[in-house]
Amino acid sequence: MSITNVLLANKSDLETLSYDAFRTRIKSDTVAGNRLVSFFATPSPSAPDQVGELHCVSIKSGRLCHFRSIWSSGVKYQQLTSEVHAIHCFEREVHEQFGLEMPGHPWLKPIRFEGKALKRMNDYPFYKLEGKEVHEVGVGPIHAGVIEPGHFRFMCFGETVEHLEIHLGYQHRGVEAMLPKTSLRKISPLIESIAGDTAVGYALGFCRAMEALCGLTVADEVESIRGIASELERIAMHLVGLGGLATDVAFLPGSSTYGRIRTAIINLSMRLCGSRFGRSWFRPGELRFPFLQSHRDDIRKTLGQVQKDISIINKLFQESKTVQHRLKTTGAVPAKLAEEIGLVGMAARASHLNRDLRTELKSGVYAKFPIDLITEPDGDCWSRGMVRLREIDVSIEWILKVCESLGDVEAGSRVDYSPRPNSRVVSVEEGWRGEVFHYLETGDMGQLTRYKVQDPSIRNWFGLAQAVKSNAIYDFPICNKSFDLSYCGNDL
Amino acid sequence: MDLIFDAFKVRKSQGKQFVPDVRAANPVGFRGLPVISNTPCGSGCNKCVEDCPTNAIQLSPFSLDLGKCVFCDECARVCPSQKVSFTAGYRMASRTPEGLVMREGSNSLGPVEASEQIKKLFGRSLKLRSVSAGGCNGCELEVNAMANVNFDMGRYGIDIVASPRHSDGLILSGPISANMAVALELCYEGMPDPKFVIAVGACAISGGVFEESVALDRSFLGRFAPELYVAGCPPHPLSIVNGILDLMGHADGRW
Ligand code: SF4
Repeated sequence: MSITNVLLANKSDLETLSYDAFRTRIKSDTVAGNRLVSFFATPSPSAPDQVGELHCVSIKSGRLCHFRSIWSSGVKYQQLTSEVHAIHCFEREVHEQFGLEMPGHPWLKPIRFEGKALKRMNDYPFYKLEGKEVHEVGVGPIHAGVIEPGHFRFMCFGETVEHLEIHLGYQHRGVEAMLPKTSLRKISPLIESIAGDTAVGYALGFCRAMEALCGLTVADEVESIRGIASELERIAMHLVGLGGLATDVAFLPGSSTYGRIRTAIINLSMRLCGSRFGRSWFRPGELRFPFLQSHRDDIRKTLGQVQKDISIINKLFQESKTVQHRLKTTGAVPAKLAEEIGLVGMAARASHLNRDLRTELKSGVYAKFPIDLITEPDGDCWSRGMVRLREIDVSIEWILKVCESLGDVEAGSRVDYSPRPNSRVVSVEEGWRGEVFHYLETGDMGQLTRYKVQDPSIRNWFGLAQAVKSNAIYDFPICNKSFDLSYCGNDL
Repeated sequence: MDLIFDAFKVRKSQGKQFVPDVRAANPVGFRGLPVISNTPCGSGCNKCVEDCPTNAIQLSPFSLDLGKCVFCDECARVCPSQKVSFTAGYRMASRTPEGLVMREGSNSLGPVEASEQIKKLFGRSLKLRSVSAGGCNGCELEVNAMANVNFDMGRYGIDIVASPRHSDGLILSGPISANMAVALELCYEGMPDPKFVIAVGACAISGGVFEESVALDRSFLGRFAPELYVAGCPPHPLSIVNGILDLMGHADGRW
């Protein structure tokens, strides 16, 4: 199978531009409609707290592109956010991680209060509106439900939200600092815990990056099983999301039914690999657990039953007036805005954008078994719900088709890893929430020198802030649930 | 009118979903409680120790700390003497971190001793507040699942509540990020006495895969030692529910 979601380069072969050309390229790429996947800095080998290189990864007519610029501290950095809005979170991150000055940047708020910024978290000056009837509402970091922590600061006029500032970083565990220090043999469980609801999505991106670096190949059948695992994760998490939306609008049949259907799906994953979250299912170069006739029968039987059950609850959910009333037109992000701020994943598709790596890059099993792109027109909570609802059906159909093509696959055996020296690899994977990005860099001995990870959430949180503008504050929980973003994925 | 029939259809397709007895459930395929055999280790062999991502294993004598283990199965597959094998057992809780250490020849953890005080005060109604402090959303999803129609802990009088002011116990998940340490402590302070902490998952118990991180502040645990530790990465909802029922002194799990 041809793997098009990974890009490997020797350090010296990577396309290298002067800073001016680098900057111009990002701008012209944006105008040309190429989409930005990531922008980040790597530390200088001589001074690790300073920028060594700037990197940009984008998608150009269905292909991944990766180029860099070697940074010299004598140059003045000119911020791009004012022109390329979608880059704002990346520039903020570079500023936070390296203290790179960015004169004229509209908003250098720390992404996650890491490193030196850690102490400033509690006295951060929030954006304020003034006026007689204006009031401020602070929510979190601890919320009413069982959910990760984050703080939301609203400026309201009556019940209407005029501005929402999202304040994250509570979940910061120092992942990026830990990754290069962890031995490659022991790193996988850490990768799977970056955002535990996307354990498979993260594991697959890591596996492919490592396979490129170590010159390992896996059988086509293993790629197919990876696809199945990833779609099972998508179905399960979409069910969590739909159950959550149903709960938040007090539509109880939805909340209990989607919940128990999710149980059926994750218990299926558990019977396939031992974990309800697909943990330890895959390691670079190998499938950890056998995939046999009995497993295929189990998949067919379980998904067949789920198809029946879900169609009944979907109908009730979609036709219910209360659900429609609460979700339709609430928290809308129009396509143009979504494009501008660089939304990704299912939230982008709900705003009518074609943002799905499975259909854009058609890598591996998605070339052999194409999957339908699902979009919705309105970008509101309803659209985000409907994308998820429809993607469940599509993923089930897809899994059943792929399953048909498979025979027995035995578990692999333990692989030793020896990454090539002085290389850089980029890997992207469409997780259930959106694109999960990995960048690995090796040094002279093949040791990891830099590991950059990026969760789709870092880009979409700003979408949530935009979505609630001019909405009533009581609709915030629904808006938040409909985006279903990761706190720890953002905070790392 | 149609809608009513559709609602009936949903109800009918739902059937009975609850696990009838959480004490005697069978989570088929679950990689849970390990069994440690008496077979001696090969001389000089330390393959499991080398591959274990969380330093959960000690040799001579052999022990495996479930408070650190992330159930990745690497030790079981690398061992030439089949010292460790994983079962679908889900009774993996203890009143102390030491109680989670499994030794040679053991095939279960000791029983979780009921707390007389917790039994007396909260035996029939226990309200819990969940705080994620660096949790990856794995434990959080499983804590949520305890309340779904399958595990339905509400039938035992256990509930998750929205405010610390209404809660008797705090379910802690995650390795306790430094950025979350203050909020965690404020939340605990906000709970009325008497109160206690339950540590859920390898991260909360030992730091788990984040043990070596410098961005943590775990001092909270030094000041407020948990009454219950539930192993897993993440723990199965059955592990958490059973641990709590034991702590509350529930004799059986039927309903
Ligand atoms: S299963 Fe547990 S003890 Fe065994 S290697 Fe993995 S983390 Fe270590």
